[in-house]
Amino acid sequence: MKRELKISAIKNGTVIDHITPGKAFEVARILGLEDFSAPISIAVNVSSGKSGTKDIIKVENRELSKDEVNRISLVAPNATVNIVKGYEVAKKKKVEIPSEIVDILPCSNANCITHFEPVKTKFQLEGTSPMRIRCYYCERVLTEEDIKREIAKED
Amino acid sequence: MQDVISIKDFDRADIEKVLENAKIMEGYTKGTGILEAKILATLFFEPSTRTRLSFESAMNRLGGTVIGFSESGSSSVAKGETLQDTVRIAEQYADIIVVRHPRDGAARLAAEVAQVPIINAGDGVNQHPTQTLLDLYTIKKALNTIDGLRIGLMGDLKYGRTVHSLAYALSWYDVALQFLSPPGLEMPVHIREDLTEKEISFQQVEELEDLKVDVLYVTRIQKERFPDVEEYEKVKGSYQITKESLEFLGGAKILHPLPRVDEIDPEIDSTHNALYFQQAGSGIPVRMALLASLLGWEP
Repeated sequence: MKRELKISAIKNGTVIDHITPGKAFEVARILGLEDFSAPISIAVNVSSGKSGTKDIIKVENRELSKDEVNRISLVAPNATVNIVKGYEVAKKKKVEIPSEIVDILPCSNANCITHFEPVKTKFQLEGTSPMRIRCYYCERVLTEEDIKREIAKED
Repeated sequence: MQDVISIKDFDRADIEKVLENAKIMEGYTKGTGILEAKILATLFFEPSTRTRLSFESAMNRLGGTVIGFSESGSSSVAKGETLQDTVRIAEQYADIIVVRHPRDGAARLAAEVAQVPIINAGDGVNQHPTQTLLDLYTIKKALNTIDGLRIGLMGDLKYGRTVHSLAYALSWYDVALQFLSPPGLEMPVHIREDLTEKEISFQQVEELEDLKVDVLYVTRIQKERFPDVEEYEKVKGSYQITKESLEFLGGAKILHPLPRVDEIDPEIDSTHNALYFQQAGSGIPVRMALLASLLGWEP
């Protein structure tokens, strides 16, 4: 007997696959999905041959732009984004870390002005392996470890 | 350049331009009308007598006038106004704004909000670019060059904002750097990485006697950086410049961003090595040059 999919296929929209397990809700927050009127399905800790487990998000009737999906790159660097049209994958792409990272994570510097003023955080990408981003305001460099810690705080 | 926020925004050509303009400004330090009818607002959210007086003096010598506050207790900030609103108001009253603020990144945020030029006079522990520019100006004025010099940085190299900025700015020049600091207060890794990337030679030395330099930049070591007072008392003597130190420092010029506590013995003041009071004086032509050029003056 064929096993049923935990969440059904969508006709049109965006499927974000291979999200780091447990990070789907963080991805949803970053993408602002709570404000979407489109139907959204979220699957957490789904088994995956490739990486053990993964999370999946399906957004119906909405094609997320490249800039939108790249916002999730710090949280789910291995995610793939499938644009679905008529039940078929029309486009498939890996997320890329944008050169400017806006309003995704807080600055790790407790004395950074962004903790005291109404302003969105902004970081510039300085390197990807190892990952290095620099706060546009206080110039503090955040390493991969710092980034993970700051994103975890947002959960 | 629209604003002066971080020394990282300056490349060698930008730095050289400021130093050349500052030299021209030396000729105007008795007064000029270059910025006549222009108004500078000094927004000092934390006190800094020397920097504020130096900016005020520079603006007055350029023929402009100065408004502002010298501590946030006497401003609308005490009533809970944001920095962004304070800046938006100040720019209605002034042509250029100098900001000093206890939070890192405050000046960059001010520049993002303001339509008029912003000069950073110190944002937390992050940047104080006009200090670095006047340090460079002092070195160049005294030794006619920056290229080819051996420059020592001594004291608290871990937390010292001035030495971080200076090291970064010096990386545009052909210099050899030597670092001397108490254990635990060494130059941070990210600055060493920046220097390596720019192929600047640097080395950590263990003792004052090991320094072989043309210029020695001394900074204060704060007691509170040590786990206990005893630790501090143990090391502080090793980082003090006295007349005896001159035996191995030779003719090296000594700089210090001031205020000093006991890093430099006052008996050094009258020697040819001492450059720190001229250094404080360099604040005037350098800040005159910055104010004037940000407001459209060209030599």
